[in-house]
Amino acid sequence: MSVLAATDGTTRALSLDIRSVSHHYDIAGTRFDVLDDISLSVAPGEFVALLGPSGCGKSTLLRLAAGLEAPRRGVLLEDGDQIVTPDPSRLLVFQDPTLFPWRTVRKNIATGLEARGLLPQKAHRIDEALSLVRLEDFADAYPRQLSGGMAQRVALARALVNDPGLLLLDEPFGKLDSLTRLSLQNELLKLWQTTGFTALLVTHDVEEALLLANRVVVLSDRPARILAEFNIVADYPRHRDDPDFIRLRREILHELGVQNV
Amino acid sequence: MSDLAQTADGRVTATSVTSPPIWYQGLVASVFWLLTAAVTWGLPDVIPWGSAGLFAAITAAGGIALLTLGLTRYRLGGLGDRIAVWGPWLIALGVWFLLWEFTTAKTGWLPKPFFSPPHGLLQVYVADWSRLLVCIGYSLRLWGLGFFSGISLGFVIGVALGWSHRFNYWGMPILKLIGPVPATAWIPATFFFFPTTFHASIFLVALSCGIPVAIQTAAGVSQVNRAYYDVARTLGANERFLVLKVAVPASLNHVFVGLFMGLYYSFAVLVVAEMLGAKYGLGWYIAFQSAYSAYANVYATIVIMAVLCSGIVKLLFVARDRLLLWQERGLI
Repeated sequence: MSVLAATDGTTRALSLDIRSVSHHYDIAGTRFDVLDDISLSVAPGEFVALLGPSGCGKSTLLRLAAGLEAPRRGVLLEDGDQIVTPDPSRLLVFQDPTLFPWRTVRKNIATGLEARGLLPQKAHRIDEALSLVRLEDFADAYPRQLSGGMAQRVALARALVNDPGLLLLDEPFGKLDSLTRLSLQNELLKLWQTTGFTALLVTHDVEEALLLANRVVVLSDRPARILAEFNIVADYPRHRDDPDFIRLRREILHELGVQNV
Repeated sequence: MSDLAQTADGRVTATSVTSPPIWYQGLVASVFWLLTAAVTWGLPDVIPWGSAGLFAAITAAGGIALLTLGLTRYRLGGLGDRIAVWGPWLIALGVWFLLWEFTTAKTGWLPKPFFSPPHGLLQVYVADWSRLLVCIGYSLRLWGLGFFSGISLGFVIGVALGWSHRFNYWGMPILKLIGPVPATAWIPATFFFFPTTFHASIFLVALSCGIPVAIQTAAGVSQVNRAYYDVARTLGANERFLVLKVAVPASLNHVFVGLFMGLYYSFAVLVVAEMLGAKYGLGWYIAFQSAYSAYANVYATIVIMAVLCSGIVKLLFVARDRLLLWQERGLI
């Protein structure tokens, strides 16, 4: 499992600093505030989950961190440097796998290396990434031939082959069936433990956040503000029937305004 | 056939062992092909057309081949199956030849020069094959130069229109305005502007296929799912990569729609351009021969055009299926 980290050693976990970031969109002349003065520091190697109601602006925060958009107010820093453009050191995995349908699994995974002209030196990394997500037998398949879980594993491999220091995960398992979701959560956990990247996971699944993260940040409804932060110190693998787990789950749901569960 | 004649309780009927299976459609087809040969050879032409003997020989050979196939089709395996699919067509073709031969050359019910028997067309190929070959060469050269320069330019313009807002702002209104004008409407102007009619014809063919390719490509590129660009950009793609490795493959489906439209337009414009200003070529040949009421030559040329054009269309289908393999339905 540790092939990625072992062979290259280029993975260097990055810190992410979000400083007083506010953001809004103008849609058809109406202003929509999505983020309201968010400040958050993610330490290198930390796994932080952003938890909040649907449509609260969590995904926008990830787009800002990826450098796909610039915030209207505030700054985002990667290891102290301001984030202004997308960079393969910070990779985004979407809710939809968004694989390129005209590329085979192998070529999808190769996209990042190819775009940066690293394919000649690092071609062997693709096979390693394929075995990392257990898709060696599907290297030459096209995305239409994959199940939802397989496609999302390809999306993970496509990101990880670039040795990102920061992995931004936008509800990556949101569209999968519950069994596939459980197994992929475990895989993600193993990948994080072995590879050592910093992870920022957006989700609205409280259990997912509690199973995976070191820290859970609860966001309010739109425009998103930080309501509360919970440090999760339990060892991995975590279990849903653990008393602490149940207590935290109740507290977080309470913060989200859901009671009597 | 009878080798499958097994009754419900499992007894195999006696005939299935002895009689070899026969492909009846092949036999019926062979009867009509041989009849055609007999009529062509046996009855005199009302007005001689020439090549009657050759046509009779060809249809007789076809009839004998069909007769052989009728008896051996089930021993030929996959090849036999593939031929058998065309059984009804082979019968229809035999009937068609027979009626055609009978109503034109043998009875004169459909008179010369407006109608020609099948061996009349054959006579054209026999007598004029060298000139027809030259004309095919000229037509293919003109079409090839026009079509490939047209689609190349159209594709590049289409990508630029779909990709760049500024290019789109200035280019799209112009394209939308001149796009619907039939390319043939430009003929008088182009013959004036270009040094030779050959250059003018290349331009017209290029224009006819370049515009649909440009419009479809632009539509395809501008409709690409923005998420693909986001993914590629985070993976480190520069603009060149985004255009060539994301926008273009993602819009290839649209490009092929434009290519097929352009292909049909280019054939139409090719023939018109040749009729007006060329010294050789299939369009020129048709115009030249119909001026002398040589309609057999006209029909014979149309047959050549049909084969050439549908062959080119077929090639484009093959290219599309190869390039859009990733779209194919179904699992592995």
